[in-house]
Amino acid sequence: MSDTHEKIVFQKPESVIDRPTHYCPGCHHGVAHRLIGELLDEMNLAEKTLMTTSIGCSVFLYNYLNVDAVEAPHGRAPAVATGVKRSRPDHFVFTYQGDGDLASIGMAEIMHAANRGEKICVVFVNNTVYGMTGGQMAPTTLIGQTTTTTPAGRCQTHEGAPIRMTEIIASLGGVAFAARGSLDCVKNIRQAKKYLKKAFEFQLNNTGFGFVELLSACPTNWKMTPLQANERIQKEMIPYYPLGVYKDVSEEGGVC
Amino acid sequence: MTKKAERIFVKGNEAIARGALAAKCRCFFGYPITPQNDIPEFMSSEMIKAGGDFVQAESEVAAANMLLGAGATGVRAMTSSSSPGLSLKQEAISYMAGSEVPAVVVNMNRGGPGLGDIGPAQGDYYQSTRGGGHGDYRHFTFGPGTVQEAYDLTIRAFDIAFEHRTPVLILGDAILGQMKEPITPWEPEDVDENGGRDWAITGRDGGRDKRLIKSLFLAEGELAEQNKHLQAKYDAWTDLAECEQFETEDADLIICAYGSIGRIAKTAVRKFRKDGKKVGLFRPITLYPFPSAELKALAEQGKRFLTIEHNLGQMLDDVRLAIRTVTDSDFYPIYPGNLPTPDELEEPILKCLEGK
Ligand SMILES: Cc1ncc(C[n+]2csc(CCOP(=O)(O)OP(=O)(O)O)c2C)c(N)n1
Ligand code: SF4
Repeated sequence: MSDTHEKIVFQKPESVIDRPTHYCPGCHHGVAHRLIGELLDEMNLAEKTLMTTSIGCSVFLYNYLNVDAVEAPHGRAPAVATGVKRSRPDHFVFTYQGDGDLASIGMAEIMHAANRGEKICVVFVNNTVYGMTGGQMAPTTLIGQTTTTTPAGRCQTHEGAPIRMTEIIASLGGVAFAARGSLDCVKNIRQAKKYLKKAFEFQLNNTGFGFVELLSACPTNWKMTPLQANERIQKEMIPYYPLGVYKDVSEEGGVC
Repeated sequence: MTKKAERIFVKGNEAIARGALAAKCRCFFGYPITPQNDIPEFMSSEMIKAGGDFVQAESEVAAANMLLGAGATGVRAMTSSSSPGLSLKQEAISYMAGSEVPAVVVNMNRGGPGLGDIGPAQGDYYQSTRGGGHGDYRHFTFGPGTVQEAYDLTIRAFDIAFEHRTPVLILGDAILGQMKEPITPWEPEDVDENGGRDWAITGRDGGRDKRLIKSLFLAEGELAEQNKHLQAKYDAWTDLAECEQFETEDADLIICAYGSIGRIAKTAVRKFRKDGKKVGLFRPITLYPFPSAELKALAEQGKRFLTIEHNLGQMLDDVRLAIRTVTDSDFYPIYPGNLPTPDELEEPILKCLEGK
C-alpha cells in the first residue's frame, strides 16, 4: 500500500468517550452527542464545561462526554444549571433534555430560566415521544401519531396540540439565540452544528440564554426502521416544526 | 471563633440569614412564603453585597434544584421556606441526599396539613427527621430555640453539610422567625471555602478526570452499596447528637420539648422550680440525630417523662424509642392553630407530676 495517499479525515472527538453505545440503532441522541463533543473540542471548552444531564434515554450522556456533570431530576435541568452557573459564572454550562423532560414536567423551569436570561445553553432533543419509558405521548407528539397512551392517535380535542417550544422560547426576553435544527440528514446535521455553535458563543460572550431544538428519530418507539424514521422527520415533523433561527440578538442588534 | 463585641437586635429569620453570610454562604435561592420572607428579602441585597448571588426562583421546586446545582459545584448555598414549600423542595432534597450534595435548607414551620395557617407549629418534625422525600435517607436536622442559637446553628449547619456531604435542615417555626432578640454575631475564622475540592464539579481544569454527581445507580448491587454507604454515614452522626438539659439532675419529671416550645416549657419549668416542684427540661438541639443516649440515661435514673409538642405527637416517637426499654412518656399536644403560653403548660405538667 502506498504510504503517501492515506489521510485520516474523520475521528472520534477527544471529548467523546470511546465506549459502546446504549442507544437503539438509528437513534439520533448519539449524533447530537457527537456534535456537542466536536464543538467542545473545537472551541476548547472541555476543561471549563459543567454539564447538567436530565431524565430520559439521554440520562447517560455523562457516560459519553468527558466533562464534569451533575444529574438533574426530571425536568429540572434548567434550574439545576441555573444554580451551577450562578455559583461558577466563569464556566460553560449546558443542559441536554428530551421533549418529555423539557416540555412537560419541566415546562416551568425552562420558561423561567430562558426568561431570566440565564447564561446557559439548552440542547432540546425532540423525538415526539417519551423514549425511555416505552413510547408514551409527549407534549410534542404530532396529531394522529399513535403512542402507547394515544393508541388511536393524538387527537387535538382530547390531548391538545403539539407544543412548538422554539417559537415559545424565542418570544421570551432573556433569550439571545433560539433555533430549530434536525438530525435526519447530513445537510441538516451540519446546519444543526452551526446553531449549537452560535448558542455556545452567546454564552461565552455572556449575552444570554441559548436554545437549540433538534428534531430527532426514535425508531424503536415509532416502530420504524432508521431510514423510515428519517423520512418521517422530513415528511411529518419538519412541516409542523419548521427549521431555522427564531431569535438571534446579534442580527437584531439587540442585547439581552 | 472571633467574637464581635457589637450586639444587634434582630428577628430569628434575619439571624439565620446573617449566620449563613458569616459561614460564607454565597448563593441563595428562594421563593416567598410566610413566615420566612425576611430571609430571601435580606439575602436579595446582602448576598449580592457579599459577592455572591441571589435568585428568586419561579417555585420552591426550582429553588431547591438551583441549590442542588450550586451545591454540586462545591459552593456554600442555601434555600429557605415554610411547610408547603418544604414539601415541594423534597424532590431535590432526596436527589441531594442520593448524590451527596451539601446544602443548607431552612424550614420555618407553619401550621398544616395542606395550606393550614401561617402561625407557628411543629407538624413537620416527621418530614424533617425521617427524610421527607422518596428513598432511604435522613436529614441532619437542627431545632434552634433562640435567635442566638438560630445564628450559631446556621453556621454549624454549613460545616456539617460539607464535612458529611449532605443536606442539613434547620427547623424553626413562626415564633422563632418573627421574634426579635439581641444576639452577638460572630464569624468563624476557619471556613474551608474549598470544601468540595475532591469531589465537586469545577471543570476538568488541568485535564483531571471528569467528575460526576448523580443519584442513579443501575448496575447490579451498586445501589445497595450506595445505600450502605449512606446508612453508615447516618449511623456515625449519633456522636454529633446534642441537647440542652435544664434542672434535670434532681427532677422527678422531665419535660421533653424542642425549638420554640422547648423555650416556652423552660419558662414553665422555672416557675415550678420557684414553687419547689422537681421538674426539668430535656431539649433536643439536633432533632436528627436524636440525643437518645442522654435521654435513656435520665430514664435509667427513674425519671418520668412528659413530651410537649406543637403537633399531635411526632417527636414523641423518638422519645419513646429512646426510653422504651425503661419507661414510657406521657404526651401533651398543642394543636397547631393555637399559640401556647407557659401558663397553659402548667396544668398538664402538674397533672403528670402528681401522677394523674
Ligand atoms: C419525577 C419523574 N417522573 C417520571 C419519571 C419517568 N421518566 C423517565 S424518562 C421519562 C420520559 C423521558 O422522555 P423524553 O424527555 O422525551 O426523553 P427520551 O427518552 O425520549 O429521550 C419519564 C416520564 C421520572 N424519572 N421522574
Ligand atoms: S428508545 Fe428511542 S430515544 Fe431511546 S434510545 Fe431508543 S431510539 Fe433512542
